[in-house]
Amino acid sequence: MGAPALSSVGVAPARAGVTPMAYWPLVWRRLRRDRAAVAGLALVAILALLALAAPWLAPYDPAEQFRDGLTPAGQPLPSTLPEGSLRFLLGTDAVGRDLFSRLLHGARVSLTVGVLANLLTVAIGTLLGATAGYWGGWVETLLMRVTDMMMAFPTLLLAMALVAILKPSMGIIIAVIGLVYWTWIARVIYGQVLILREREFVTAARALGTPRRRILLAHILPHLLPTVIVWGTLGIATNVMLEASLSYLGIGVQPPVPSWGGMIQQGQAYYRTAPWLVVAPGVAIMLTVLAFNLLGDGLRDALDPIQRGRD
Amino acid sequence: MWRYLARRLVLTLPVLLGISIITFVLIYYLPADPARMYAGPSATVETVDRIRRELGLDLPLWQQYTNYLGKLVQGDLGFSYRKQTPVLELILSRLPYTAMLIVSGIFVELALGLPIGLASALARGRLPDRLGMLVALLGVSAPPFWLGLMLLYWFAFQIPIFPLGGVEHPTSIVLPALTAGLGGAAWYARIMRSSTLEVLAADYVRTAHAKGQSRHLVLWRHLLPNALNPIITMAGMDIPWFIGGVVLVEQVFAWPGLGRLAVEAIQTVDVPLILGTVSVTALIVVLSGILVDLVQSLVDPRIRLSR
Amino acid sequence: MQKKVIVSWLLMMMFWISACGAPAPAAEAPEAAQPAEAAEALTPQAGGEIVVAYKDDLATLDPAIGYDWTNWPTIKMVFDGLLGYDSGTTLEPRIAAEMPTVSEDGLVYTFKIRPGVKFSNGREVTADDVVYTLTRVLNPATASPGAGFYVGIQGAQAFIDGSAATVEGIQALDAQTVAFTLTAPDATFLNKMALNFAFLVPQEAVEAAGQDFGRQPVGTGPFTLVEWKSGEYLVFERNPAYFQPGRPMLDKVTIRVGVEPSVAVLQLEKGDIHLMGDPPPGAEWARITADPAWTDRIEVQPKVNTTYIAINTTTPPFDNVKVRQALNHAIDKERIVQLLNGRASVANQILPALMPGHDDTYEGYAFDPEKAKALLAEAGFADGFETTIQCIAVDPQPKLCESFQQDLANVGIQLTIETLAAPNVIENAGNGLNPLTWSGGLAWTQDYPDPDNFYAPILGCDANVPGGWNWSRYCDEELHAQSKELLAMTDRAARLEAYKPFFRTLMDAAVWVPVIADQYNVAHSEKLHGQPLLTHPEHGFIYETMWMEP
Repeated sequence: MGAPALSSVGVAPARAGVTPMAYWPLVWRRLRRDRAAVAGLALVAILALLALAAPWLAPYDPAEQFRDGLTPAGQPLPSTLPEGSLRFLLGTDAVGRDLFSRLLHGARVSLTVGVLANLLTVAIGTLLGATAGYWGGWVETLLMRVTDMMMAFPTLLLAMALVAILKPSMGIIIAVIGLVYWTWIARVIYGQVLILREREFVTAARALGTPRRRILLAHILPHLLPTVIVWGTLGIATNVMLEASLSYLGIGVQPPVPSWGGMIQQGQAYYRTAPWLVVAPGVAIMLTVLAFNLLGDGLRDALDPIQRGRD
Repeated sequence: MWRYLARRLVLTLPVLLGISIITFVLIYYLPADPARMYAGPSATVETVDRIRRELGLDLPLWQQYTNYLGKLVQGDLGFSYRKQTPVLELILSRLPYTAMLIVSGIFVELALGLPIGLASALARGRLPDRLGMLVALLGVSAPPFWLGLMLLYWFAFQIPIFPLGGVEHPTSIVLPALTAGLGGAAWYARIMRSSTLEVLAADYVRTAHAKGQSRHLVLWRHLLPNALNPIITMAGMDIPWFIGGVVLVEQVFAWPGLGRLAVEAIQTVDVPLILGTVSVTALIVVLSGILVDLVQSLVDPRIRLSR
Repeated sequence: MQKKVIVSWLLMMMFWISACGAPAPAAEAPEAAQPAEAAEALTPQAGGEIVVAYKDDLATLDPAIGYDWTNWPTIKMVFDGLLGYDSGTTLEPRIAAEMPTVSEDGLVYTFKIRPGVKFSNGREVTADDVVYTLTRVLNPATASPGAGFYVGIQGAQAFIDGSAATVEGIQALDAQTVAFTLTAPDATFLNKMALNFAFLVPQEAVEAAGQDFGRQPVGTGPFTLVEWKSGEYLVFERNPAYFQPGRPMLDKVTIRVGVEPSVAVLQLEKGDIHLMGDPPPGAEWARITADPAWTDRIEVQPKVNTTYIAINTTTPPFDNVKVRQALNHAIDKERIVQLLNGRASVANQILPALMPGHDDTYEGYAFDPEKAKALLAEAGFADGFETTIQCIAVDPQPKLCESFQQDLANVGIQLTIETLAAPNVIENAGNGLNPLTWSGGLAWTQDYPDPDNFYAPILGCDANVPGGWNWSRYCDEELHAQSKELLAMTDRAARLEAYKPFFRTLMDAAVWVPVIADQYNVAHSEKLHGQPLLTHPEHGFIYETMWMEP
């Protein structure tokens, strides 16, 4: 068992020793070679562009409720009107608004909430989980008990209390998601660190007298990267959905601002009569998740400190 | 290990105490009047005041809390305002259903997620990988309420294989479990894929390969124990997720679980029922956390529990 | 007038159902609307079982406690009161042998009890049960939300305060006679005696069950509760000792709870259930009303309800009556009805069309954005202003508020919507924190068919206190004094006529924007019939007279 231990020790310092100039171009080169990752990157870029350009691309004001936007019986209009015109590209929603315009504008809210809230959860979760797992002792006890408490606390009550105290806004939504869901990542990371800290390359580094903080940052964190990326990419979809369930409680973005989750929320009862109300934002969410996943996988491979030896 | 267990259990107490205090304070400051909700739409202000006194809601916060604790110590979780039933009885009647949904939901997640994740990792970058990922993404992008409705519509209404909600039939659990598990399966698949790749690239596996051990043996002996760690962590977190997050699933399928009970309590500001559901679910979550840590140490002896 | 409204067009469409022999209020339905089936008269048949699906769990069957729309019709299955209503809003004796006699001064009401009425435990009802029941409601230890209805009984306040051991004004004169003495004449007292809170309970059963009486109810109603699984279902069986001969028709009623309306529609189509406790979702309404298979599965009846925007008259700029009137002209109510897929009707005044005292000649504020702008300009708000409305976060309320948002934007008012959980909206509105409050999902539905029920609890000065339901924070002392006089009037016709100018004054003050009147939208099996209908304006579902075609 001596050889693997040596090689492990060999990898980590080597990674730390590589100058940023040499490391990041390498990552970029490997990312570019990965066709799936490039597709993911392109898709992310397109989505971001669509969101940014929404005011210019959208044919209508996303909040405008058209008099002729509903059937006389009050049902949403499908995309193909009887006259065959394409007045509403994707049809209208339950209030008679243009679904396509709302989809474009919704991208702004949903992408922002999805990405930012996720950054927040991942950052808090990784930091606390890794610290607790590696530091041990009373730090571990304290941090993990706080995590337990946060995890055991009912989100619904917390969200209701927060919305009653604060005015709902995008910032609040991001904060609520971030504050509530970091516990998950913290636990996962904690579990991994418990194992990592007993791995040969860490014990060896410790034996060599490397400072604790340095071991955590240089040796343990890189090994957590795959997990962090998985959470970072899948979490985006979950957050978009969470925003929807928060809007159910009244803490979501306030009407008439569109969000994909909120659109699904409003549209799901129409699953038989106007299925496009859910399908359109659902596909948008799926494309977003797909994009970030492809990119995430590519990044994971490109950044992988162990893999690098194979190049 | 026993000492560790005892210590963790003792540490559960401050956690639960903290949760109950926060809950108490939150309810107290929430702009919603439990007495008003109890009194109903046409009660006069005098009636509301009288009810407030009757329910002991006019006392200072600390006194309400100590009263509650005093009863709690005797195992009395109080009496639901709206349902006029002991809280403990309500919770115990719902607990088995929640447990059933958790267990079967996690089963669906594992049964779908792990094979997909493993297959994707072994076929990395090729068709099975991409296909598996697509399925997983569909699962995570589908809103649970809608997914439940679709499953009911197709597999209980159009093609009547399963009952349309409820719990009477033995097959009642299938669709709720699928709805609850599909989203999570994506997570397991991604985590399994990621850990498998991680382990496959690890030195001891490469060494084992180099020593000429068969692929299967390497997989079973080295890969699974290592890949299992984050999976077990994930499974432990599923329990809070299921308790807090499957309310929508319970709603679509008329599943009489704890989630629905908690939401109902919050919506009607039924204080004893809110406190009861929060405390009991918190207890379950904390205990499951301990269980996960224990299982993890058993699966992976490198994790030390003694400290 | 009452009957004219009940005979709405949809009711006519279903005339053949009501033509089944029961004394139908729809008797004057036009011949043209009569489908061919009307010929083959359907005779009500005893026997059969039905399954009903509700979204919300039932809270309690204790008539002193239960106080919401899911509980009331269900409580009515097990319990009954001295008085009830006929198929309309006219009071009729139930456990009372006849309508009570009233003293000259209008203060003493004497009831004779119908002989031979038994509780489901076999004991016959006596005057002491009436005394016990109402004393129990007034007893602070019961914490009954209905206690406030009966504080007008002499000695009630002293009993509540603890300075008297019994309620002086409730006296059993003999085993069959009970007398109520009031402190002041109250034209609505008999309506209050028909409320669920006054439904008779037997002392021995209440005491035996203790706090669990709501789950082990014993009453004189047409059914008895045989099983209750919390969060799942309740099973009721026919009470063989029921005092009305030949009733109920059904042998068994199972109420499933926790069923989402979207799913309940599927269950109904599949035949798993026979009646939906909640209205079918708006998303499905257009589909099922257009589907011929559903023609015999839908019952529509107006509710005695007004859903409104409460305008806080103490918050600038709404302290200016012109601004409030402008709001009334700005809201497009037809659009709201369309957004609800036609499951409501436009309201133009405070009193619902079904409420006695409703003014048929009053036209209300027309939808006229130009006029609204002119009024705003007169009030000095030509450039509009910003304000906030609170709505509950339950579909379809947020989308209705979005429609208001657009309407008000058209006249220059920038409206911010805050969607919150129901208890929070009630609390904020009750404490006067909201400039505007949309009552959708929280709307006032009458306790009893008397116009005062639409003034005192929601627009009167007594309700204009922190936590009160007067969300307009409106109190006109002169009007309030007048309301007390109206309450003491004994000539019913003159009294109802006097309410018309009374409510016109409130409409001129524009304290609300009355928007819509809700209605019962009932989906049921084509084999399930009512006599004449499944719903009643006072009680909701009337299980007693429902019957199933074999």
